Amino acid sequence: MAVSGQEARKKWEPWNDPQEKPHVQLVGVSKRFGEFTAVDNISLDIYKGEFFSLLGPSGCGKTTLLRMLAGFEQPSQGQILLEGSDMSGVPPYRRPVNMMFQSYALFPHMSVERNIAFGLKQDKIPSAEIAQRVEEVIELVELGAFAKRKPHQLSGGQRQRVALARALVKKPKMLLLDEPLGALDKKLRAQTQFELMNIQEKLGITFVIVTHDQEEAMTVSTRIAVMDHGRIVQVATPTEIYEYPNSRYVAGFIGEVNIVEGRVAEVGEGHLSIASEESGCSIRARHALDAPVGAAVWIALRPEKLVISMEAPADTSSNCMVGEVWDIGYLGNLSIYHVKLDSGAMITTAKTNRTRDTEQPITWEDRVYLTWTPDAGIVLGQ
Amino acid sequence: MNQKSRDTDIPAVEYLDSRSAQGPAGSLEELHKRLLLLPPYRWVTQAITRSGLSARGILIATPYLWLLLFFLAPFLIVLKISFSEYAIAQPPYTALFEWVDDVFIQIRLNLENYQLLFEDDLYWRAYLNSVKIAGISTFLTLLVGYPLAYGMTRAPRHWRLALLMLVILPFWTSFLIRVYAWIGILKKEGLLNLLLLNLGVIDQPLVIMNTDMAVYIGIIYSYLPFMVLPLYASLEKMDDSLLEAAADLGCRPIKAFWQITFPISIYGVVAGCFLVFIPALGEFVIPDLLGGSGTLMIGKTLWAEFFSNRDWPLSSAVAVVLLLILVVPIVAFQKMQEKDKAA
Amino acid sequence: MNKGLSWFTWSALVVGFSFLYLPIILLVLFSFNESKLVTVWGGFSTKWYVELFNNQGLLNAAWVTLKVAFVSSTVATLLGTMSGVMLTRFGKFRGRTLFSGMIYAPLVMPEVITGLSLLLMFVAISWDRGFATVTIAHITFSMCYVAVVVQSRLATFDHSIEEAAMDLGCPPGKTFFAITLPIILPAVVSGWLLSFTLSLDDLVIASFTTGPGATTLPMKIYSQVRLGVTPEINAVSTILVGLVATGVLVASIISRRSEAARLRDERLATAER
Repeated sequence: MAVSGQEARKKWEPWNDPQEKPHVQLVGVSKRFGEFTAVDNISLDIYKGEFFSLLGPSGCGKTTLLRMLAGFEQPSQGQILLEGSDMSGVPPYRRPVNMMFQSYALFPHMSVERNIAFGLKQDKIPSAEIAQRVEEVIELVELGAFAKRKPHQLSGGQRQRVALARALVKKPKMLLLDEPLGALDKKLRAQTQFELMNIQEKLGITFVIVTHDQEEAMTVSTRIAVMDHGRIVQVATPTEIYEYPNSRYVAGFIGEVNIVEGRVAEVGEGHLSIASEESGCSIRARHALDAPVGAAVWIALRPEKLVISMEAPADTSSNCMVGEVWDIGYLGNLSIYHVKLDSGAMITTAKTNRTRDTEQPITWEDRVYLTWTPDAGIVLGQ
Repeated sequence: MNQKSRDTDIPAVEYLDSRSAQGPAGSLEELHKRLLLLPPYRWVTQAITRSGLSARGILIATPYLWLLLFFLAPFLIVLKISFSEYAIAQPPYTALFEWVDDVFIQIRLNLENYQLLFEDDLYWRAYLNSVKIAGISTFLTLLVGYPLAYGMTRAPRHWRLALLMLVILPFWTSFLIRVYAWIGILKKEGLLNLLLLNLGVIDQPLVIMNTDMAVYIGIIYSYLPFMVLPLYASLEKMDDSLLEAAADLGCRPIKAFWQITFPISIYGVVAGCFLVFIPALGEFVIPDLLGGSGTLMIGKTLWAEFFSNRDWPLSSAVAVVLLLILVVPIVAFQKMQEKDKAA
Repeated sequence: MNKGLSWFTWSALVVGFSFLYLPIILLVLFSFNESKLVTVWGGFSTKWYVELFNNQGLLNAAWVTLKVAFVSSTVATLLGTMSGVMLTRFGKFRGRTLFSGMIYAPLVMPEVITGLSLLLMFVAISWDRGFATVTIAHITFSMCYVAVVVQSRLATFDHSIEEAAMDLGCPPGKTFFAITLPIILPAVVSGWLLSFTLSLDDLVIASFTTGPGATTLPMKIYSQVRLGVTPEINAVSTILVGLVATGVLVASIISRRSEAARLRDERLATAER
């Protein structure tokens, strides 16, 4: 295909394009069960072809939100629009949306083929077409050898693929996945994540996935919505979520992070100077926050962005914490150091083991310097 | 990361068109549409919709009405008749409500039947004796059932299912026949006496048949599965390593039984006791066939009052009081189950 | 870990099961006794069985009992299944507490009271007692047993299987017949079997609610038993026990076979992954 390199590298970001119409729109959606508010006034746009993750701890309302999209729950307030048409009052069996259940919910008394054909039969599709479409999708998920088996004759991974095939065969406008990989072991999960991404890209169907596994969300998603107590805290791409979290909650939920407290000392051109007693040094950071002098701020530092060294750097006036090695975790590819600062704060840092033997390895009770570039620290407000 | 640097368009996907997306919702609906062309079906469905009944409503109404009609209503009738007077008539009781001059309804509440139950010692002794017999036989059933259930959980794993089947199997065979089988064993010239006399253990035949003893044996035998099953269920859940831990900490086996095993199985013990006590209290067949004329049990009294004396109001009153007595253990049992469910 | 059974376990099992089975075994044994005296062994004979098949009264009663059991267990299964579904799937509806009370009460109600109350009602509406009234009485208490069996099966049933069917375009009513019913079918069948044996077995309620011409087998047996032990009754009992035992054994062997097959399949599936 004759596409220039420039264009090929252009990112696919419909959410940044004001011309693009959202595929699914949630407008002020709330769901209350008696006194308990499971979903609290959520507004959200999801675009066609997205692989969208709802990420959060259990009980944050992500599954309830998914069930409202599927039609199993009706919003107490607000609207859900699919391609511009209101879905309220439309029962699940009339929605052009399919769901892959956490338990897979395969029909135990039907073979793999009949499980997959079930949805098509409900639509009164001629049997020749059903057979053909079932065959296609069975091939897509590589279950050809197992078509005649019953669910209990399949392994966990195979069941997962039957559940996927059953939901995909109807060519839904949107596929909802509730913790789709939760029941698989770690190795199989990693492999299946990539399979899911390939299938999604091949079919171009909008996927909305619910997960509590941040690694999974980071791997598969175009965008992630981080949820907490029924609200959406941040919606962004995986890179943005990791590198530019908008709150301490998000920074802490995604990946490892050290958070130190400080006060704005000086607001400069494009940068902030922060005095931090906890870190024992003054911190320079990129200006990303409207905070007046004297305001309390928090600086989030990712462990891998800190450089650990036994020698003092040239400039110790800023971005340099000093402490004592408290604990070491050797993981092979990395070593994790827990460094106790003089303020008592414990800082975690990771160092890649580039060589097989280090001449003078850092060990317990060594006094070490932790440095980082002004780019690396994330300044967060309340 | 799924960085969608796409150099091609999103592949064309043929979505379901709006017709099939709306979905012809199944053949039942189709059938319904066709049947609507027939006037009688239309009238019926119209009548149903007008009265606000849906398919769900009909589904609820059918078993509901059945139970109201054949369970609750009969019971209310018993309650009503228990307040009326015995009469030599057909049916043999007086009416509770009477039209006076076609204007007033006269209600004649007659408490005599209940009064009689408390005054005539035949009745209150029958109640007390029922409680006594049910209580003693429940305890004896526990004594027989506990070792059996315990032995079953100690047996090798692959035997257990078969042993469980063996406990349940008699429950499926006729109750009457199981009680009947004991007559041949317990009577004076029965098999037990024959065996003991021949062995020289006794020189006079034991009199067991037609005594309370025979009733105890009958109840233990008939209700043993009810005792063993909950006991087995609670004992089987127990982790073997608990006893090993107790032994490791210096506890001797018998002490370990009373301090570890028994307290853990207490739920099964209580459940089993309720399951035996409640039906034993109102039992009729066992005291009638195995017990003697001196064995007073309220189920037997009710039967005799009804079939022999034909005093319907009095037997109704007997039934009402029996139910009131039963409410106590039943409510206690339910409370315990709820507590167990909550835990 | 190869502990033998302790003497205690052994004796508990042997004594317990002897107690459970000896009376029945003796009963069966003496049905083949030549002698009229039940306690004296007079040699092997099947003459009591032959006599049985010439006893028209007993055969009639058996036929009535089978008819009652078949009709009542079928209707009871229908109503009981509906009730079980209502209690687990319908959430709150008006009068739910009363309904679940009416489902559980007959299970603990003494038979004499159930029988008495139904009889008094049939008299009150002056309904002639007979086949129909016994059948209605049996339906009423059997349906509660079925409801409990079905309800406990539905309670352990993964609700998302039904949701999946609806998600795939299947309306609720159809979902019940296409998905729910096939899965709970074993519970429904065992509910039917339970109703059938309960009806076959019932003496007390039938005695109250039956009328002339609809004497059931247990009533016939009862009236003869009161006159004493006879080899003929032993023979009837043996046939009944034999039928039930065969039925239960066959059912359990089938279910164990399918269980074994399922386990084998599962091992196979995890092995090849």
